[in-house]
Amino acid sequence: MNATQNTIPLKESLLGLYHQHLQAIEGLSSHKLIHLRQKALHEFERIGFPTSKLENWRFTDISQILSQNFEFDFRNQSRPFDLKEIFTCEVYDLDTYSLTLLNGWFVYQHTPLFKFDNGVIIGSLAKAMEEFPEIVEKYLGSAASTPNAAFAALNTAFMQDGLFVYVPKGVTVEKPIQLVNIVNSQVPLFLQPRSLVVAEAGSSVTLVHCDHALTHTPSVTNTVLEVFLHPEAQVDHYKVQNKGKSSALFTNTYFHLYEGSKVSSCIMTLNGGFTRNSVEINLLGTQSQANLKGLYLADRSQFVDNQVQINHSAPGCYSNQLFKGILDDQAKAVFSGRINVQRDAQKTQAYQNNKNLLLSEEAKINSQPHLEIYADDVKCSHGATIGQLEPNAMFYLRSRGISEKTARQLMMLAFADEVVKEISIEPLKQKIGGMVEKRLKGELSICDQCVLHCKDNSPATFNIDMNKL
Amino acid sequence: MLKIKDLSVSINDKNILKGFNLEVRAGEVHAIMGPNGTGKSTLAAVIAGRDTFDIEQGEITYLGKNLTDMSPELRAREGIFLGFQYPVEIPGVSMASFMRAALNEKRKHFGQNPLSGGEFLKLMEEKKNLVEIHSNLTNRSVNEGFSGGEKKKNEIFQMALLEPRLAILDETDSGLDIDALKVVANGVNKLRSPENATIIITHYQRLLDFIIPDYVHVLFDGRIVKSGGKELALELENKGYEWVKNEVNGAMTTLKA
Repeated sequence: MNATQNTIPLKESLLGLYHQHLQAIEGLSSHKLIHLRQKALHEFERIGFPTSKLENWRFTDISQILSQNFEFDFRNQSRPFDLKEIFTCEVYDLDTYSLTLLNGWFVYQHTPLFKFDNGVIIGSLAKAMEEFPEIVEKYLGSAASTPNAAFAALNTAFMQDGLFVYVPKGVTVEKPIQLVNIVNSQVPLFLQPRSLVVAEAGSSVTLVHCDHALTHTPSVTNTVLEVFLHPEAQVDHYKVQNKGKSSALFTNTYFHLYEGSKVSSCIMTLNGGFTRNSVEINLLGTQSQANLKGLYLADRSQFVDNQVQINHSAPGCYSNQLFKGILDDQAKAVFSGRINVQRDAQKTQAYQNNKNLLLSEEAKINSQPHLEIYADDVKCSHGATIGQLEPNAMFYLRSRGISEKTARQLMMLAFADEVVKEISIEPLKQKIGGMVEKRLKGELSICDQCVLHCKDNSPATFNIDMNKL
Repeated sequence: MLKIKDLSVSINDKNILKGFNLEVRAGEVHAIMGPNGTGKSTLAAVIAGRDTFDIEQGEITYLGKNLTDMSPELRAREGIFLGFQYPVEIPGVSMASFMRAALNEKRKHFGQNPLSGGEFLKLMEEKKNLVEIHSNLTNRSVNEGFSGGEKKKNEIFQMALLEPRLAILDETDSGLDIDALKVVANGVNKLRSPENATIIITHYQRLLDFIIPDYVHVLFDGRIVKSGGKELALELENKGYEWVKNEVNGAMTTLKA
């Protein structure tokens, strides 16, 4: 059952669609989940889509994206199939538990939900809602509940499927869990995948989350991921994105950290027409730590927005943000890093850095640090730099016989490497490092991984033009 | 090998070199000395191809080719090497990938096959031993966190690897203790051959105790005002630059009279 939105504004259309497809959306949801959905729908109805009048959206214009007509998949139309028929991922030959969402729905060959002997559960969130309602209901929506977050509320109202991971106390999941989110559609889709990860005390798990589009049809993906880290748990999270220029991606990621837990998150935006990554980290337990790294490479008219909110609510916590970007042509980027240190969060350490390389006159970055500190015994710092390639270093490289083009590539790779080198899984570091290198050399297109080869459209290539400076 | 004729160079409309002349033949070592701010480093940078300077007049030919039309990378591939006074730190670029890229660009220029990773590492070890560098350079970023001495030794190491025809060492001795100075000098001496030439730019005579020059030139106010053999360096050390200045100014006065 596909539902097409008409010429009425998207907000009204969405509200109408909810009621029209009540049975499909609410389906077998428990009372608790139905209540959660309806509350979120009311919140969305109250605030609507954000406009540039809001501080968080000052430099981010989504009116164009929202003016398109979209279709919504309220029922799973995908059938069990072998993913390799249509898709191989650049980071695929890693030894991972690989899971796939196609147009927002879980696809699988054997079972939608793996239950391991040690208690680990990995699979479809829709299935987990049925089989493990006590876990799902306890957590789902409790992190993504910040007021005035329109996209998160919208997702909560409409969520259908996504990744579910449960790691019991003290268990280490040896292999990374990889979620590949694929959009493959000839009609413009509006997707809202939802994922939930619960890491019990002392457990550890690595998540690799890839977003890809296989066609050039416009699409909007509005995804929410909630991650809960109980005391001493450790979660490594990697987000890699490689989509076409007609895709819009809103990622809303929430981490809740209890005593002594640690999260490291790495957000790589390699290609995409419009990307907004929102990350909210709540340091709720003492001595919890968050390490957040980001890299964004944009050219042509691409737009990348990284919004980080870190709330230090408990004493002795640590947070560090490093976001780096390379922008060419008319590309625009926004970085907003908010650190909020609450009154009782003494001995807080919170650092933030945003560094940008602009390769053209028209490329633009808006970098905004926001620090709100209500405790008196804290160490906080923030910095933002915007620059061109260092001429002394360029001359040094060229004076050894290295061409101007190669020198630029070396310098840009070096710039990006500060983020890439932090990836702690060696094969993943190699893979992502390789993708970044290909991207900077103009060799990475979204068609690289795709066997469809888009015969109707000419394949889109995205390259940073090295011949500018 | 290198001929510089009547070269005038300015930066932001300020004249630095004013009718500079020099000829260097294969097998020779030239020392260019002079007080600060007389144009020594400008000369080195202009030969290497730095484009922040304007060449007002004059010509530079190298192995019969007009150098001023060539990009810095082309000059390097043709065998010109500049040892930097202030080697640049480039975090994230490893010494190994830097030097391998440089060497392979040069090999490509001469129609040779690129060196494989293994071959390159072997050569790198060989050259490290030649110039007595014992620190692990392979995985370190270019000059990042290197001490002053290490940076200068690293310049000599790069020179050993790239085997230039014409090396210009810009104040390579500055900031070095006596042990590092000896390492640098030994490196230069080992690489000396009848086919190549070296220009040593220095403020002090000290380095010339270890690298014996064939010619010594004194640069003053953008021109060479005095040339001689290695004994000129000693004379300068004893009498100081004031001596040259006075001589030049005296000559000017005489000329006016």
